[in-house]
Amino acid sequence: MSVGAWEAFFLVILREMRLSFRRPEQLLQPLVFFLIVTTLFPLGLNLQLSLLRDMAPGVLWVAALLSSLLSLDSLFKSDADDGTLEQLTLSGQSLTVIVVAKTVGHWLVTGVALVVVSPIVGTALGIPTSAFATMMLSLALGTLTLSWLGAIGAGLTIGLRRGNVLLSLIVLPLAMPLLIFGAGATDRAMSGTSVAGAMYFLAALCVFTCTLAPFAATAALRITVE
Amino acid sequence: MNIASDGLKVDTVHVWRGDRHVLQGVSVETHPRELLHISGPNGTGKTTLLRVISGLLRPEQGSVSWCGQSIARHRLEYQAALAYAAHEPALKGDLTALENLHFSVGLKRRTNAAELRAALDRTGAGVCADLPTRVLSAGQRRRVSLARVLAMRASVWLLDEPYANLDTAGSDLVSELLQAHVRDGGLALVVAHRDLSLDCHVRRLELKS
Repeated sequence: MSVGAWEAFFLVILREMRLSFRRPEQLLQPLVFFLIVTTLFPLGLNLQLSLLRDMAPGVLWVAALLSSLLSLDSLFKSDADDGTLEQLTLSGQSLTVIVVAKTVGHWLVTGVALVVVSPIVGTALGIPTSAFATMMLSLALGTLTLSWLGAIGAGLTIGLRRGNVLLSLIVLPLAMPLLIFGAGATDRAMSGTSVAGAMYFLAALCVFTCTLAPFAATAALRITVE
Repeated sequence: MNIASDGLKVDTVHVWRGDRHVLQGVSVETHPRELLHISGPNGTGKTTLLRVISGLLRPEQGSVSWCGQSIARHRLEYQAALAYAAHEPALKGDLTALENLHFSVGLKRRTNAAELRAALDRTGAGVCADLPTRVLSAGQRRRVSLARVLAMRASVWLLDEPYANLDTAGSDLVSELLQAHVRDGGLALVVAHRDLSLDCHVRRLELKS
């Protein structure tokens, strides 16, 4: 009996989740990094709440991008190192399905965790609770987009020994629109003006990467597997 | 249609790795109920040939066909009928042997825990079923990877050094499994340095530097 694409998709997601929860430290490191970097800012600046509030969206988003990058490096690398990537490639399932499942699985454990802890960071940075909904939704869209950009970068850099620096150099310039619109949306929510424009841009970027990045990442992976 | 439409045909395959011409026009044809023993000194491209045959590596020149059809064009159907055991056992250290099998065999065919346990028992790795594979010895990992090949129930086996790290009983087991597979109408391609004294039809391919 052959296995359908959906079945394969959920099997790979389940595998990713189980692997992540077997290694909780790998899951927690980016989160702790996110928390520490954002709490360093209020400590380093003189304690003026108004100044902190002005900087909060930017600080929050830069820290979120950097901490997401920390975990992206391992997206395909560990599988490539121990030969499981070859087994996945030869599974008789489309490599695109596997790439999509791996990236979604990765986002479900890293991106969602980041979104969940963001209110703590928001409170520390003096973001009003009224802006939390916008902040969390924009972070959810932003981290998913970043996971897709990262999948392309990770696919291109698995063959390299110190690929994580190159991965940052590939992904961060592409992530600039995310930072601009993400921080913009949070900023507007704080000042009480309409966030629709910025959120639509974030959503459009998310849809754009969700539809095209799987193919780019598959192609990148195929080149490096050879 | 080709006359020998049920077999695997490698047609003058050339592969370069950088400046090195690793495979220089390798041609071989093999059929079900047959074992192809690939041998040769280190660095002559045995693993490369196996990767080309599996479809992981695209040759610069030449082609591989299965049942008369190019594998590049029918890649997914072909790879679904394939079980590949690379030199490294390809196991996740944090998952148990059973979970490892579940996630890799499960992509090829529907399976259940009882079936996978039976495969592990058959290769003598039944005691490791519920242990994370990082605590297993190299030989035990090899047995788990053999169990995966067995559980995939594929018609073509590609085994890269299946005898590595195994004790005498383990080597006998590999030979036994290979014979049973070939007798059941399967096709096996085996990279091995030692002589295979098997009770089935063995074709030899020796790669030279």
